[in-house]
Amino acid sequence: MSIQAIPVETGASATARAAAAPRQRRDEGRAGIGLAAPFLILYVLFLIGPTLYGVVMSFFNSSLEHAGLGGFTGPDNYTQALTSSDFWQSMWHTVLFTLMTTPPLVALALVLAIFTDRLRRGRWFFRLLFFAPYVVPSAAMALIWTWLYTPQIGLWDKWLSAVGIANPPNWLADPSWAMASVALATVWWTLGFNFVLYLAGLQEIPRNLYEAAEVDGASRWHQMRRITIPLLSRTTALVLVLQIIASLKIFDQIFLMTAGGPNYATRPLLEYVYDIGFTDFRTGYAAAASMLYFLVILAVSLVWFFISRRQQKEA
Amino acid sequence: MRAEDHLLSRRTLLRGAGALGLGGLVSGCGSAFATGIAGVGPAKNTLSYWNLLGGGDGVRMIAMEDAYQKAHPGIALNAVVLAWGNPYYTKLSLATLGNQPPDVGISHLTRASILARAGLLEPLNGTELAPYGLTGGNFTPPAWDMAHTDGKLYAIPLDTHPLVMYYNTDICKKAGLLDQDGSLKKLDSPAALTDAFTAAKKVTGAYGAVMSINNDTATQWRIFSSLYYQLGGSVLADSGRKIVLDDAKAERVLSLFQDLTVKQGLMPTSVDYPGAITTFATGKAGFYFEGDWEITTFETTKTPFSMTAFPNVFGGRYAVQADSHSFVLPKDPARTDAMRKNIFSFIRSMLDQSSTWAQGGHIPAWLPFQKSAAYDKLRPASDYKGVANYARYDDLAWYSGSGSDFENIMGFAIAAVSAGQMSPAAAVSDMRSKLTQYAKTPSPV
Repeated sequence: MSIQAIPVETGASATARAAAAPRQRRDEGRAGIGLAAPFLILYVLFLIGPTLYGVVMSFFNSSLEHAGLGGFTGPDNYTQALTSSDFWQSMWHTVLFTLMTTPPLVALALVLAIFTDRLRRGRWFFRLLFFAPYVVPSAAMALIWTWLYTPQIGLWDKWLSAVGIANPPNWLADPSWAMASVALATVWWTLGFNFVLYLAGLQEIPRNLYEAAEVDGASRWHQMRRITIPLLSRTTALVLVLQIIASLKIFDQIFLMTAGGPNYATRPLLEYVYDIGFTDFRTGYAAAASMLYFLVILAVSLVWFFISRRQQKEA
Repeated sequence: MRAEDHLLSRRTLLRGAGALGLGGLVSGCGSAFATGIAGVGPAKNTLSYWNLLGGGDGVRMIAMEDAYQKAHPGIALNAVVLAWGNPYYTKLSLATLGNQPPDVGISHLTRASILARAGLLEPLNGTELAPYGLTGGNFTPPAWDMAHTDGKLYAIPLDTHPLVMYYNTDICKKAGLLDQDGSLKKLDSPAALTDAFTAAKKVTGAYGAVMSINNDTATQWRIFSSLYYQLGGSVLADSGRKIVLDDAKAERVLSLFQDLTVKQGLMPTSVDYPGAITTFATGKAGFYFEGDWEITTFETTKTPFSMTAFPNVFGGRYAVQADSHSFVLPKDPARTDAMRKNIFSFIRSMLDQSSTWAQGGHIPAWLPFQKSAAYDKLRPASDYKGVANYARYDDLAWYSGSGSDFENIMGFAIAAVSAGQMSPAAAVSDMRSKLTQYAKTPSPV
């Protein structure tokens, strides 16, 4: 508000202001709540509420085909999930996908951002080039890549045979290649987001640091190792955590490209939850599986929280 | 004081905006949204009808709805189409539980039995249906039987859609597989099937036959189960609490699959649903196995093709995997007698338009049309009408039926054999261990 900006005050008006200040703050607080209300209401209605309901539901044998919560089962749903090989198999697939996609999505984004940042001309073109796939909807991306991967008549197989690889793997239909194939498609698809974050991070590094380094005779490689990468560490922490969480949320591409196959070789945890909840009507058990998955995401988020707090203290 | 003024005016603005927003919520233009939020149903001279029919089936159903609407101007038909599978059945269940069900809906018969067991469907009584001709004698017997759950009728069948065999008439002629009158020779043994595929492969230079394998558990299950049923097998018993999978019979069918794909190369080992259609439509395979609904696809691509009953390869009592579309009445405490009459007359009107429906390849369940000369003229669709009497539905269980995890489990294991990734014996033990988990789980229905 404008009040703090008034430089000179008479004694009388200062006293009046001092009396008015708490009321002012109260009003501001109220306005703040009012402004946040539309969002808060939706947040409580569609996120907090259902989440809490899900926590409750995970202790009941709720069914999609019956009203209400069903019978109380105590921790049975959790015991069943933790001892189910299907649960652990799909949890592993989710983790495997995260391990396959996170390193390239962070490293490649950094490399391409540095490359684009150094360009003198046509920078806009490369920004567009690397970011464009990100705006493609998952359904379109899955369709395009399924065509690319089509055995024999797909473009990949054509290109590979043109360079002499006659027996390419059976991309989406081979249990040992399916996950890697989806991961490759995902790297192409979502790289743009991290790329943009890195570009923003690069622009925040003061140019004079490089000039000073150059005067001191530091090579390009040294500048990169000693200036660029250390000064990007906060961006890297952010990109890394956002990427891990995004990768853990894997569902769309796999559901559309392999439906979790071949023979369940790619079914991620979210599809497992979808299968048992919607296909098998076991919403109580599905809620318990989701809660266990939520704990994993929560753990990752907490790690980020502590890292960023430490960084803030250092800064 | 200026700041204060600003605050006030901003607050007023917010209040105004809030009021506008709330007003929008409440009035909601009488939309489905308002119906959902406020819990008021649409006016009572309407008939709401949900279905899951897309593609050519969707187009034909809309034509039938239009004809009904024209004949009944006093009733506003409100038809809603939802994506088939989970999206449809989930919404149907939840709408019924929330007391906002459609007046009438389409359901697969295998799913209707699950909904009936869950108590979400209204049982139908014969005396009420008789004036509309909706009696057992007018329907294909296996479909009519399947429409009953625990002795009560819950559904009115519209059709039977079995697995069928498509064949390219040009290729089969060149391969010497057609009789004098142009009909396909019998392929009623594994040897006859293999020979025919070999002959067709010589003509196409690529494959003898094709079936969808990748990312498609349903097709694999349809073909496997038809052959397995022909050997006299069943998979589930006691409403799914018992697994009665016959390992020897299942392995015999799977060995034939592996023989035709991996070992002899007569069928592609890696092809998805659209890929299989393309392979057949472009003449790279002489035979194609799928449900009867792809008839319109090949009519559009102008492929020289015909269709016939899936062969009785193992020579036992004939059987073929099928399901049926049917009409169901989700439970609705507010449904009046007048409303019920409207619904039954609507169903009868749909059945009376079976000639439109049958163009999609489905065998109409309505016998007055199925036995008519008009249907006989509809070829090749009527060529395989006899199989409706041998239709075999999925064994009853809360986890079986079209689009179920039962079909996923079976289909995934079968596909692994077709693709040469698993031996028949390993696939059977895989099926058994996965199904056992379901058999042990108390039914959520």
